[in-house]
Amino acid sequence: MNLQRADSDRLASWTEAELGLEGRVLEVVRAPHPVLGTAGESIDPTAAEWVRLAADLVATMRVSPGCVGLAAQQVGVAARIFCVDVSAHPKARTHHGTFVLCNAEVVEASRNDRAREGCMSVPDFTGDVKRASRLVLTGQLPGTGEQVTIATDAFEARALQHEMDHCEGLLFLDRVAGAHAVHPRQTYL
Amino acid sequence: MTSARLYAVTVLGHDRPGIIAEATAGLAGLGLNIEDSTMTLLRGHFAMMLLCSGAVSPGDIEQALAPLTEGGDLDVAVRPVTDEPTPTTGGTSWVLTVHGGDRPGIVSAVVREVAAAGGNITDLTTRLSGDLYLLVAELDLPAGADSNAVGSAIKAAAQQVGVTATLRAVEADDL
Repeated sequence: MNLQRADSDRLASWTEAELGLEGRVLEVVRAPHPVLGTAGESIDPTAAEWVRLAADLVATMRVSPGCVGLAAQQVGVAARIFCVDVSAHPKARTHHGTFVLCNAEVVEASRNDRAREGCMSVPDFTGDVKRASRLVLTGQLPGTGEQVTIATDAFEARALQHEMDHCEGLLFLDRVAGAHAVHPRQTYL
Repeated sequence: MTSARLYAVTVLGHDRPGIIAEATAGLAGLGLNIEDSTMTLLRGHFAMMLLCSGAVSPGDIEQALAPLTEGGDLDVAVRPVTDEPTPTTGGTSWVLTVHGGDRPGIVSAVVREVAAAGGNITDLTTRLSGDLYLLVAELDLPAGADSNAVGSAIKAAAQQVGVTATLRAVEADDL
């Protein structure tokens, strides 16, 4: 088994139960809150405060209808940590269930696709954004600090890039394709 | 007989179903050819601009579109225009996104920097939703322009009015 496959299996088997504490549901901030434009600091994934935030992010994502990912900036903290779970989304192909990554970085990105995105922090708009549909990234698991490198595609790749942008202080609005690529949201989840 | 001319037609006012159908039926009835056009809703207000050409007078078009204005909640304007060839600048194309808390002067502060760099805005939309103000513009910078310097100037101007700005090169996939 190669290392990337082992990491992929490790991520897929990860659950928030590993964090050993009950997550709290936090308030999700909305643009133009300044924290959404603030690049996050790298964090120590083993530190108690970030393990706590990891659990809180998952708990907040779980209770938010349609939410497939949440970054620290969206709960008012400028830090490089986010959670993702696209497993129930019809556009997902490869997915790794629920997981939290700290200090994530893109290793490889290819095959750009354009698709319409929304965001809990920008509830009134959606936008057409071009992103890589094949992605290799690396990051650390909260609690243990294990470094994992995974390959993914399609909707999980999009969700990961969206959340990593949050960690850099960017919204999908900063990447829309043009003047007519922002749309008022028609339905709210 | 009137020779073919180019006209700019604008329709603005209260939105309802059927405005475009009625307007274009009136123009088609005169044998006019619709060229470039754009239509949108601005906070619920119908707004359409189009260029059409044909061998008619402005009065003919106004008369054909008069039924649109009978309700008193739509304005129609017709004026002849000259054909404007689209210049090829040889420059570079960019997308500018600006967003942040709403306040007067955001657009002015940012586009001033684009103009100062000799940039030409080719498309622009702004949206206000709650406190969030959003501007997305497409613009061309002249050949030789220092895009990093322009981007920095725009960011600085945006910061002065409490918003953030991102300038990105347009990605065109030629197939």
